[in-house]
Amino acid sequence: MKKLTNLNAFFAAIAAKQALYLPVDNSVGKAEYKKWQDGTVYSSALNTARSAKDFFFPQTENLMEFKMEGKKIDVIDTREECEDFVIFGVRACDAASFDILDRVYLVDPVDSYYKNRREHGTVVTLACNRPAETCFCGAFGIDAGNPLGDVTAWKVEDGYVLRANTEKGEALLACVADLLTDTDDAAVKKEQEKLRAIMAKLPLANLTTDGVGEGLTKELFDRPEWAALSESCIGCGTCTFVCPTCQCYDIRDFDTGHGIQRFRCWDSCMYSDFTKMAHGNPRVSQLERFRQRFMHKLVYFPDNNDGIFGCVGCGRCLASCPISMNIVKVMKTLAKGGNQ
Amino acid sequence: MQAMMEKRAIELLENGTVNRVLGWSAGEFPYDMTPAVFESVEELQNNFVYNDFCGANLSKYLIKESRKEGKILVFLKPCDTYSFNQLIAEHRVIRENVYVIGIECFGKVDVEKLKAMGLSGITGIIAKNGIYTVETIYGNKEVKMADAMAERCLSCKSKKHVVYDELIGEDGEVVDDCNRFDMVEKLEAMTPDERFAFWRGELSRCIRCNACRNVCPACTCEHCVFDNPNSGIAQKAAVNSFEENMFHIIRAFHVAGRCTDCGECSRVCPQNIPLHLLNRKFIKDMNEFYGEYQAGEDPNAKPPLGTFRTGDREA
Ligand code: SF4
Ligand code: SF4
Ligand code: SF4
Ligand code: SF4
Ligand code: SF4
Repeated sequence: MKKLTNLNAFFAAIAAKQALYLPVDNSVGKAEYKKWQDGTVYSSALNTARSAKDFFFPQTENLMEFKMEGKKIDVIDTREECEDFVIFGVRACDAASFDILDRVYLVDPVDSYYKNRREHGTVVTLACNRPAETCFCGAFGIDAGNPLGDVTAWKVEDGYVLRANTEKGEALLACVADLLTDTDDAAVKKEQEKLRAIMAKLPLANLTTDGVGEGLTKELFDRPEWAALSESCIGCGTCTFVCPTCQCYDIRDFDTGHGIQRFRCWDSCMYSDFTKMAHGNPRVSQLERFRQRFMHKLVYFPDNNDGIFGCVGCGRCLASCPISMNIVKVMKTLAKGGNQ
Repeated sequence: MQAMMEKRAIELLENGTVNRVLGWSAGEFPYDMTPAVFESVEELQNNFVYNDFCGANLSKYLIKESRKEGKILVFLKPCDTYSFNQLIAEHRVIRENVYVIGIECFGKVDVEKLKAMGLSGITGIIAKNGIYTVETIYGNKEVKMADAMAERCLSCKSKKHVVYDELIGEDGEVVDDCNRFDMVEKLEAMTPDERFAFWRGELSRCIRCNACRNVCPACTCEHCVFDNPNSGIAQKAAVNSFEENMFHIIRAFHVAGRCTDCGECSRVCPQNIPLHLLNRKFIKDMNEFYGEYQAGEDPNAKPPLGTFRTGDREA
């Protein structure tokens, strides 16, 4: 493990070699990822309003272009090798979301757009020390005090402790080696101890995945509680767009006047035209759309991914749903009663 | 308040005046109440809550609910009654199927303001004598109610219920000096470049989640142009900054004259975009061009943008 005392020098050294993004407070006091430049102030917020998935799966992305000249159509491959970049300050929940996205985009057929970004990005995670009431990463076995990523960072009393987890991480630390000194894990252990005590006090500390998970489609699909749970959902899709693990997209064409730009953009199962086909939408009511979002995260995704849940407990949907309906309320309701 | 509301809801349910109650059910935290329909006394007794965090405007749900079997009881704050009236004027809600109880309002809390004060790990919020004691796992803090009040409530335009079948608490008055146009005036005083920069800065944060549109009681189209592939402007995400602006400008134009300034759009925006400023600019202009008009105040009033007078201003 390595010790770092001058965070700003660390940022400057990295930024001299590649683009560095880190959470910065915006004009409304929320954190968002911004490119580091001299004078950038690193945010003290627990997490960013938008998740870190934007780096690998941006909200809109060009896939290809068509140029038309008379009867001739040129198909233009717009893919370019992405430049190397570093994201600093990713929390354990968001870091775990990358694994979930990888399971979607890096399996056959591999998504070359996603893979390109993933290969060029180095993720530096930061252990949490002040979780919020909306945090429940622990319910999914995610350790906020030991996040993954290429490099893990811990804030300790007199600086930061860094640990490289991958080759990419080793390489990153090697290029800032003169700012680092060797250290043991004593300070980290102390911070983890403190965090554990805090996590135990969180209101959602006792939330479990009992009652949801792999193989429960039959038991859960027709539960009568879906009606009340979905009743006041306004189908806005906020929960899906702030979610680090939501992965659905739509492919659309944009007429530029002299050609077509084919792009993909985030889509939401909460929308009435999601997966719309010639005959219409397979999920005709908001109940069905609402159920899809939660069944996907809590049952279908685990079904297809060795029991791993499609939620990392980041709490963003808890904080941003206009009607305060969310996955925790769904999990608790499904765990209660039931007729299994 | 909660006890009085619950008692009255139970009475009206038991005597058959209504068969459902639209209110709020308790959440995981002290502040995350969810709008809910209650069909039995037992449900009301177990889950009904009402407190300073019940900010959602329930009017829009009545489009759907008033078309169901039987009459539904709804609790409306003064500002919600304007939305309700506007929906009546637009023939979107069936008035006979709704029993409205107007509730006196002292302003609602914006929990984001508490969080912005650095409060995290919130486990309890106790209100007493104008002070909230916010209990968190990191310690407690006292916050003045006024400091936690939602922006829209700080410039509340009216404490008066413009429609109700009965009231709980006192009815108030229209607030003439609510200062709701202060920020609009500041924007008007800017140069066009400064104003453009202001709005680009704000709108660039938009994630097109559609929360503002879907929550808005004035946005009641069966099929929004932005969802309609045949409209030519359907979009799920803005391709560029032009489209980003366009969504908001079209929406603001479409609700102009019908927006009651309920403030729901700004309340729900996960990116804290001050959408109410766009609508207030329209309201202010209409007041100046066509005379004072408040959407929702009187369901029979002639809307300024739907009326032609020979003396009307041309531009
Ligand atoms: S659950 Fe909440 S955030 Fe998600 S679509 Fe429904 S109302 Fe919107
Ligand atoms: S469902 Fe909610 S809590 Fe879970 S990962 Fe998505 S935004 Fe976070
Ligand atoms: S959910 Fe867990 S990892 Fe994410 S911010 Fe909260 S405590 Fe940290
Ligand atoms: S609620 Fe906010 S982020 Fe969502 S579409 Fe409206 S302005 Fe954009
Ligand atoms: S535009 Fe905003 S303030 Fe106006 S009625 Fe709609 S939600 Fe309310």
